[in-house]
Amino acid sequence: MSDLADRTVLRGRDIPAVARPARAPVLPLTLRGVTLQLAGQTILDGLDLDLGTRGCTVIMGPNGTGKSLLLKLLHGLILPTSGQIRWGALSPAEVTARQSLVFQKPMLLRRSVAANLDFVLQARGKDRGRRDALLDHVGLRHKSDQPARQLSGGEAQRLAMARALATDPDVLLMDEPTASLDPASTLAIETIMAEARDSGIRVILVTHDVGQARRMADDVVFLHRGRITEHREAPGFFARPDTEAARDFLQGNLVL
Amino acid sequence: MVSTISRQVENLQGIGEAFGLAWQLVLTGDAALVEIVALSLQVSLTATALACLIGLPLGAIVATLRFRGREAVLILMNALMGLPPVVIGLLVYLYLSRSGPLGFLGLLYTPAAMILAQTILITPIVAALSRQVIEDLHVEYDEQFRSLCLSRGQTMRALIWDARYSLLTVGLAGFGRAVAEVGAVMIVGGNIDHLTRVMTTAIALETSKGDLPLALALGIILLVLALGVNAAVQSVRLTATRQAYV
Ligand SMILES: Nc1ncnc2c1ncn2[C@@H]1O[C@H](COP(=O)(O)OP(=O)(O)OP(=O)(O)O)[C@@H](O)[C@H]1O
Ligand SMILES: [Mg+2]
Repeated sequence: MSDLADRTVLRGRDIPAVARPARAPVLPLTLRGVTLQLAGQTILDGLDLDLGTRGCTVIMGPNGTGKSLLLKLLHGLILPTSGQIRWGALSPAEVTARQSLVFQKPMLLRRSVAANLDFVLQARGKDRGRRDALLDHVGLRHKSDQPARQLSGGEAQRLAMARALATDPDVLLMDEPTASLDPASTLAIETIMAEARDSGIRVILVTHDVGQARRMADDVVFLHRGRITEHREAPGFFARPDTEAARDFLQGNLVL
Repeated sequence: MVSTISRQVENLQGIGEAFGLAWQLVLTGDAALVEIVALSLQVSLTATALACLIGLPLGAIVATLRFRGREAVLILMNALMGLPPVVIGLLVYLYLSRSGPLGFLGLLYTPAAMILAQTILITPIVAALSRQVIEDLHVEYDEQFRSLCLSRGQTMRALIWDARYSLLTVGLAGFGRAVAEVGAVMIVGGNIDHLTRVMTTAIALETSKGDLPLALALGIILLVLALGVNAAVQSVRLTATRQAYV
């Protein structure tokens, strides 16, 4: 707890108003021999992983290596072909309910920006009065009445983040939230993610952006060809990756 | 048929005169004409409302739920969509006729019978089309909704609301089909003056009787209505596209 407080002070930021003030301790996450096969192909192959209860884990790896599917597995949206994913003693339904996943391509409802949040707040039995605070938090208050589908890519991502935060998640899973965003929008998203993390939300982030990974990561999981080839503390990983694939990836070389 | 009409037109000294009289009926709001149009609208709007009340949730259920026999329901829905109206009229007639199972209701040759026939005619259309619309949306929303842990009811309501523009055009299509239909309402309504005479049956009758002005006047209104429904569909689409809601 003191660690968290220190970090908040260090960053000179208060815990954001939209985050839940007191949260239950986040549970450690364990994967044992998780294998996923789709259409006869082995996409993920025997993953073992232990994730701690705080901070931000960044998942990296080349395209098509199974990062998005791994997030969906963690979120309980799909089940592994074999192996176990445990989040404490939570049932799969509880796991999904206590996490929020921001998809690689966020799906916004065919309604106004405000109505998109109203819908989630109401469906999940949350206080609808928080809507404007959430919109302020992601800087979209002035777009309240605009159809959500007309938002720019960066705005749509921020609305998706507001929606993800609206359910008071213990864990925030983010799938390349800043791909194709400009630097300003990227910074805005990173700020929201950092604030969520500082408020005690466990953040798991998939990104191809090495700079972003350096800024955000406490630890890094490197996926390659459906296997976890590295899982290390961020400083060590960025200073000296163990595998050639990760080294090439960080240097911007082609990783096949 | 053509020769009968042309003879009748000669009797009226040309089609121009018939048109003139028809426009007069329309513009002066002829009482008989208004009565027929009003009944038509009443019957077809009620049938459309009922068809939407039944067909929409049915479409939503088949679109979102996986249950045993779903394939069969899909096939049935599509098959019913192609039922010839006269056959529906005949079936409703058999049920409602004095010796039929529902004969005791005494509904034959009443507007209620026509509403029933039209509802049966367009419910499969509304159900099948909304199933398609909602299923497409469901595919798009499914993962997000499962991530949000929505209940089935919440999912269905959200899908129906987000498909509202498309569903509106489905309703309009149903209304267009109902109001333009002749065979079924003729059989179960009987085209009784002041009671069950609607636009299509009146046109059929007046044409064969030789009262071309009234038939033409009704034809004009029916045409305008059909065009109006089309225009409404177009403008709904346009609005939805402009607001990025499709
Ligand atoms: N439903 C599916 N059925 C079969 N194969 C699938 C399915 N979904 C994804 N895949 C395959 O699984 C592999 C991993 O997909 P995934 O989306 O997890 O990759 P990713 O690591 O997120 O890639 P990217 O960096 O491009 O987002 C891909 O080769 C993809 O084609
Ligand atoms: Mg991906």
